[in-house]
Amino acid sequence: MNRIDQRFAALKAQSRRALIPYITAGDPAPQYTVGFMHACVEAGADVLELGVPFSDPMADGPVIQKACERALKHGTRLADVLDMVASFRESDSTTPVVLMGYLNPIERMGYEAFVRRARDAGVDGVLMVDMPPEEATAIAPLFAEYGLQSIFLLAPTTSSSRAATICAHGEGYLYYVSLKGVTGAASLDVEAVARQLAPLREMTDLPLCVGFGIRDGETAAAVGRVADGVIVGSALVSRIAENAERPEAIPAALKAVLGDMRDALDR
Amino acid sequence: MTKFSDLTRLPDAQGHFGPYGGRFVSETLSFALEELEKVYMSLRDDADFQAEFDRDLAHYVGRPSPLYHAERWSKQIGGAQIWLKREDLNHTGAHKVNNTIGQALLAKKSGKPRVIAETGAGQHGVATATVAARLGLKCEIYMGAEDVERQKLNVYRMRLLGAEVHPVESGSRTLKDAMNEALRDWVTNVDDTFYIIGTVAGPHPYPAMVRDFTSVIGREAREQSFAQIGRLPDALVACVGGGSNAIGLFYPFLEDEEVAMVGVEAGGDGVETGRHAAPLTANAPSGVLHGNRTYLMSDASGQVSDTHSISAGLDYPGVGPEHALWKDVGRVNYVAANDDAVLEAFRELTRIEGIMPALESAHALAHAKVMAASMRPDQHIVVNLSGRGDKDIHTVAKLDGLEF
Repeated sequence: MNRIDQRFAALKAQSRRALIPYITAGDPAPQYTVGFMHACVEAGADVLELGVPFSDPMADGPVIQKACERALKHGTRLADVLDMVASFRESDSTTPVVLMGYLNPIERMGYEAFVRRARDAGVDGVLMVDMPPEEATAIAPLFAEYGLQSIFLLAPTTSSSRAATICAHGEGYLYYVSLKGVTGAASLDVEAVARQLAPLREMTDLPLCVGFGIRDGETAAAVGRVADGVIVGSALVSRIAENAERPEAIPAALKAVLGDMRDALDR
Repeated sequence: MTKFSDLTRLPDAQGHFGPYGGRFVSETLSFALEELEKVYMSLRDDADFQAEFDRDLAHYVGRPSPLYHAERWSKQIGGAQIWLKREDLNHTGAHKVNNTIGQALLAKKSGKPRVIAETGAGQHGVATATVAARLGLKCEIYMGAEDVERQKLNVYRMRLLGAEVHPVESGSRTLKDAMNEALRDWVTNVDDTFYIIGTVAGPHPYPAMVRDFTSVIGREAREQSFAQIGRLPDALVACVGGGSNAIGLFYPFLEDEEVAMVGVEAGGDGVETGRHAAPLTANAPSGVLHGNRTYLMSDASGQVSDTHSISAGLDYPGVGPEHALWKDVGRVNYVAANDDAVLEAFRELTRIEGIMPALESAHALAHAKVMAASMRPDQHIVVNLSGRGDKDIHTVAKLDGLEF
C-alpha cells in the first residue's frame, strides 16, 4: 500500500485529521529544505507537500511566487528536488511526500525519466496544478506502473460532472481549493466549504483535504471539523520569507505555526 | 480536398492540435473555459451573432482593409511584387481589434460586466480598452513593467479610454508575466470577469476562437488577391509572436497548396545568440505554459526562458499551438528576422511608401524583402501589415539618440 493511503487509513482509525504543510523546495536556499521537512514532521505533519519551483507560477499569489524566485535564484531544479526527497527518505521512511507544482519541468525531464526518478527518490504522489485529469492521460499509466499517486484539485467552480471525473481519476486524497483565487488569498468561508464537500462525500471515499486560506490554529480547527485534512502553504512560506536572512530560525518558526494547528486539530 | 484539408478540422474536442494545444489549467478555471466553449460554439454558427460581428467590423473597425500594392518598394527590391494587407488602417491601428470585437460581444452575451486582458506592445490592451469603452464594460489591463516603460503612449491611450493599467513587476516583466497576472486575476474574479486573450494561445477554446475572429484578414486578402492580382498570391508572409495576425492571414489559404506561407519570428540579436523570441525557428522543445502545449523556450530544467526582441508584441517564449502543428506538418515555414534587419525594413517602408509599420509587422517586411529579391517580377507576395508604427516612435528615436 502507498504511504499516502497507509497514513490516511491510520488517521481514520484514530479519528484524526491530517495536517499537510506545503513548502517550496530550495527556499530560501536548497541546503535547508530537508531540515525543514523533518521539522514539519516533528511538529505533527502527516503528509508533506513539496513545491517544485517554477518560473511562472500562475496559480500562486505573491508569497509563493517570491518563494519560487528565491529558490530559482539558487538554481533549484526538479532534479535537485528529487535529491532532497531521497535525502529526506534516509531518515524518514514513513511520511508521505507529494510533489506539487507545474507541469513544464516534468515535460522537459520527460515523463518516463521523471516517474522512475521520483519513485527511486521516495516520492508518493504528484499534484501538478496545470494538469487536470483530461490532460493526464499520457502520464497516468506511468504513475500506475511506478506506484505514484495522482492528486487532483477540486474547486468551488467544479461542476458535478467534472467532480465525478476527478473523483474517478484521483488517488491518495483530493485537494479541495476552498476559494476562488490564488494561493495566500484572503479568508475562507467554512460553512460554504462544508456545503460543497457534502456532495463530494457521495461520490468518493477518498479523503477530502482543504487548502487555501488556512492561516492559524483557529481556521485549521474549523476546517478540520468538515474535512479529512487541512493543507497549509502560504502561512508557512511567509515565515520562511521573514527569516530568509537567518535560516537557522526557520525550523522553530515552522514548528510554532504547525504546532498550533496540530493542537487545534486534535483538541 | 487537398493534403492539408485535415488541418481545417482542428482542434479536436479536447482542444488539441495534434500533440499541441489542450487545456492545461488549474481546476478553478476549468468551469469557466467549459462555459466559454459552450457559448462560443453556440454563437459561432449563429447568424445574428455573425451579422453583429460583421457590422461592427465594417462600421466600427472600418473593414475591409485595403490590399495595397507597394509598387515603388517592389521595384526597388527588383523581384516579386509586394502587396500589403493594411491592418494598420483598422480602428486602433492594428489587427488586434478584430479579435477584441468578437470576444467583447461574447462577454456581453455571457453577461460579464468586467473584462481583463494582457498586453505586450499595448495594441491588444488598447483594442480591448476601446471595445470595453464602447460596450460600457469595466476594463483592467495587465502589462509587463518593462513594456509599460517602452510603450508609454499606448499606456496613456488605455487610461484615456477608461481602462486601469496594472504594471506587472514579477518575473521578466514582459508579456508572459502579464499573462500570468491576468490568469491570477481571472481565477479570483471568474464569476463576473471575461478574460479577453489577445493571441492564438492560452487554453482551449482560445486558440481556435481567436483564430476564427481574426481569419477575416485572410478571407478578405484571398478575395482581394483574385480581384487585384487576378489569382492567388505565390506567398504569404506575417510576423509571429503568439501568432494571431499570421493565423488570421494564413488560415483561409490553408488548403491552397500552391500558396507558400512564411511566419517570421523575432530573431532579436540572432537566433544563434540565444537572445531572441523565436521558439519555432530555434526548434525549442515542446512544453506547457499558459494553458497549452507548444514549442516553448525553456532551460533544460523546464524554467521558462527570458526572451528578447526589439518589439514588445513579439517578446513571448511560446507560440500558438496551431502554428506548432503547422511547422511539424510542413504547411508553414518559420524563420526569424533580427532586430537590425527589422529596423532597416521599418525605415525603408516609411521612406519609400510613406507607411510607418509597427516593429512587429516590420519583421514580416524584413523577410518579404529577402524573399522578393530572389523571385520574379511576375510573382506576388502578400505581407500582413499587422499594425502601424506610431507606438514605436519612441523606441526608434531612442536608437537615433533622440529623447522626447
